[in-house]
Amino acid sequence: MPRIEPATTPLTEPFWDATRNNQLSAQQCGSCSSFVWYPRERCPKCLSDDLTWTNLAGEGTIYSFNIMRKPGNPMMADMVPYVIALVDLDEGLRMTTNIVNAEPESLECGQRVAVDWSVELEDGRRLPTFHPA
Amino acid sequence: MANSLRGAAAIVGAVDAVSATGKLDRTVAQLEVDMISAALDDAGLTIADVDCVMSNNGMMASLDLAERMGVQGRFTDSTMTGGSSFEVYVEHAAAAISAGLCEVAVIVYAATPRSGTNPFASGGPARDPGSPMMMWDLPYGSGLPAAGYSLAARRHMHQYGTTSEQLAQIAVSFREWASMNKNAYSQDIITIEDVLSSTKVAEPLHKLDCCLVTDGAGALVVTSAERARDLAKPGAFILGAGTAHSHGMCVSQMPDVTTTAYSVCGPQAMNMAQITHNDVDVVELYDSFTITALLTLEDLGFCKKGEGGEFVADGRLGPGGALPTNTNGGGLSYTHPGMYGMFVLVEAVRQLRGECGERQVNNVDIALANGCGGLLSCTSTIVLGTEATL
Repeated sequence: MPRIEPATTPLTEPFWDATRNNQLSAQQCGSCSSFVWYPRERCPKCLSDDLTWTNLAGEGTIYSFNIMRKPGNPMMADMVPYVIALVDLDEGLRMTTNIVNAEPESLECGQRVAVDWSVELEDGRRLPTFHPA
Repeated sequence: MANSLRGAAAIVGAVDAVSATGKLDRTVAQLEVDMISAALDDAGLTIADVDCVMSNNGMMASLDLAERMGVQGRFTDSTMTGGSSFEVYVEHAAAAISAGLCEVAVIVYAATPRSGTNPFASGGPARDPGSPMMMWDLPYGSGLPAAGYSLAARRHMHQYGTTSEQLAQIAVSFREWASMNKNAYSQDIITIEDVLSSTKVAEPLHKLDCCLVTDGAGALVVTSAERARDLAKPGAFILGAGTAHSHGMCVSQMPDVTTTAYSVCGPQAMNMAQITHNDVDVVELYDSFTITALLTLEDLGFCKKGEGGEFVADGRLGPGGALPTNTNGGGLSYTHPGMYGMFVLVEAVRQLRGECGERQVNNVDIALANGCGGLLSCTSTIVLGTEATL
């Protein structure tokens, strides 16, 4: 499945390594306890650099979603229609993702979803997507 | 308000180049200097008067452009906030002129995505692979601007009951204005049904909910209010200005996708101008999508949050309506070369000067110009008024 393959940086390596084991993770701030998404050099709430990778439950709620009828880039032309969503994770993070293994027209804001590891990247990392819970 | 910019400076030259074909038969570099030359003629000034150039077309854009025109500036600005850059430039020019840092600023924009290369056809402009958007959003296929804006539209519908028909009415009203603009790319009257039956791009947005992709160029000249009064054409005096941003290019980082930073910069600009909503004669706003226009009107306070759908449904934004908005046809019907904010300002000045012919609104004393850049990221509001409003 062709996609823009996300670059790995020293900062984000722990996140991607965990995806190889189907584990969703995020940084948590040791100073203010906030979870941080996307990975940062310092906590965006308090600017502390005391950030620790923490496993997430992988469950959340659809905040909003669309149905892409026109591909966001030419390499995804074969994938339409696909769903881009903003998912609110139970730990208090909001991430951009895809909703997969679902009928797009059946989705609703507020619907519960769980992490889905069916999208494998070329180098064995997995891109976290979500499916209806 | 302390340190107010109210009445310190004015836009005294405003021109654009837009064709009903959507194409301009000139290079970007040619258009830039042609627009500056035309804007100076419009202002009754010469290049020798210019001591500041503002542009963001490339690395060190304002310096390179000044060099090409032989300008040695004493203030400069290459700020890049996407489509709101030109409102930001007007704000910065007014502040710099007010502080005595420069006297005559020229602001320019040119792009030819229709006759040249449209960056969005290949998934958007080239970006640093290590940028947050490239790492955390684009792998999910969000390369089209409509991807992010459709998320705002869907959430607004969910939270407030806004309908596709209400959003469509915005496109219908702006098209009515465009039908009176011979340079508009789309001039044929459309119906709500036309919008709803147009191709679905990123649901809930249809093709006619989305802006055009056309060539276009424009330039503005800003100088002190004192100098503006001596010029042949009436100045558009800068009464208020505000800029705010809620996030960068990752829509997941926007705290509430139904509320833009206009809720911050709009009140700031209007307070500085010492005006209320009833004083506004015409609104020019950045309609990258119908939802952008709706959120802008709500966040500027023309109606309550969540009531935008109902607010626009009676056609009040169109000709003869209570709140004439996007009188050139907007980014949906006039032109949209990628950063539409220039054309918002040019049309506001033309309405204040009474230059708009068939689409001229009667007795325009106050015009609001609103730019929005990124993915609902950075907004900027400029309040312009005739000399009588000072």
